[in-house]
Amino acid sequence: MIGILNYGLGNINAFTNIYKILDIPCKIISSKNELSGVDRMILPGVGAFDYAMKRFNESGLRNKVEKMVLDSGIPVIGICVGMQMLANFSEEGKEEGLGWIPADVRLFNTSNISYKTKLPHMGWNTIKFRSDEYLFKNLNDNPRFYFLHSYYFKSKKDNLIISETKYGDKFTSSIRLNNIYGVQYHPEKSHQNGIQLLYNFSKI
Amino acid sequence: MLYPRIIPSLLIHNKGLVKTTQFKNPKYVGDPLNAVKIFNEKFVDELIVTDIDASVNQSEPDYAMIEKLAMECRMPLCYGGGIKNIYQAKKIFSLGVEKIAISSIAINNPDIIIELSELVGSQSIIVVLDVKKKFLSSKYEIYINNGKEKTGKELISFAKLAESLGAGEIVVNSIDKDGMMEGYDYNLVKNIRNSINLPLTVLGGAGSLHDIGKLISDYSIIGAGVGSLFVFKGKYKAVLINYPNNKEKIDLINTYLKY
Repeated sequence: MIGILNYGLGNINAFTNIYKILDIPCKIISSKNELSGVDRMILPGVGAFDYAMKRFNESGLRNKVEKMVLDSGIPVIGICVGMQMLANFSEEGKEEGLGWIPADVRLFNTSNISYKTKLPHMGWNTIKFRSDEYLFKNLNDNPRFYFLHSYYFKSKKDNLIISETKYGDKFTSSIRLNNIYGVQYHPEKSHQNGIQLLYNFSKI
Repeated sequence: MLYPRIIPSLLIHNKGLVKTTQFKNPKYVGDPLNAVKIFNEKFVDELIVTDIDASVNQSEPDYAMIEKLAMECRMPLCYGGGIKNIYQAKKIFSLGVEKIAISSIAINNPDIIIELSELVGSQSIIVVLDVKKKFLSSKYEIYINNGKEKTGKELISFAKLAESLGAGEIVVNSIDKDGMMEGYDYNLVKNIRNSINLPLTVLGGAGSLHDIGKLISDYSIIGAGVGSLFVFKGKYKAVLINYPNNKEKIDLINTYLKY
């Protein structure tokens, strides 16, 4: 059973809809009691880093989720700000991140971005695979996903980067440390590529 | 590689999908939910849905309809129409909409842009400006209430204000060009693009893929908003929801995009 962590941020319905279409059981998790039977988790997120961290810390979900991820090895995927929350800290805010992956989150360097609009990085961009991952199964090379963000995930370990994307410079668009995944794009809003990726996650 | 966005703009009137000409004569073109289903199949980049009754009638946004649209949409969805306060905005986000478009409320009370962007992040707050070229002037004036009411506010100075207050994107809609299908007002696009750094989407006038191509060729990363072209087909404007398929879209972009 896939649990979608509902701490007041992110488009929860978009995930449940896709899993409904795929006929894969999932449920919305709003309190820790609802976590029983969950063997995969999605950590969505939109908006500001501090607000997301505060809401997650106040949700009452964190302790149990952390045990499931770090002790029991339950797969989890952070989406957009949900990915950024996996890091130790973010330049965007003051709150501590979850620190599940050694990384920090930085503001884009805009000096190599040639467009009039520098930030946010918004729209459809391609991702380039860095490793052969089950998460990417049955996706064509350089698939397009929808992005919307101004800060990016900077891993302290290069070998955790599983895809990169170019916006001015290259940045990490997907990350993996064992059972912990993060994607900067929005698979729930990326048509067939996103549906495939969410399907793959359900089978990991 | 980042792609420019080609965005169908859908208008809702009396619960049906309509297309206007210069903001008048709404012509029924189908069922909104059905249109979203078709646009899913066409893999559109993004959708803008505007309820053109809600502000004019001073009515609440139609939450049941918005929820149905958001549930169906497998691409980012922007909803606009009748949003007057933070409470309504929050409620609409909770239904699964990624972006909300505000117009009258932002023009009457620009500070609401600050409140909204602090609440949900700038990236989700879209300010829509409906404009008409001023007589014997190169300037554009902002209108509200479906183009019926002049505001006396000038486009560029207001867009800059919206940017400074934390808007995440500006949509500029040309009332004169709406439904004419003769091409965008490129002079308008140039003025606004040179004045703000925010993501920009322009609406009004697209009559062919070439018109979109011209925008892409001039500005590379821009939002090309499209009304009539994606709901009508042919010289007699038969109703047919359409959108370039993936290959056509990539070809169009590759033909015009200059890096």
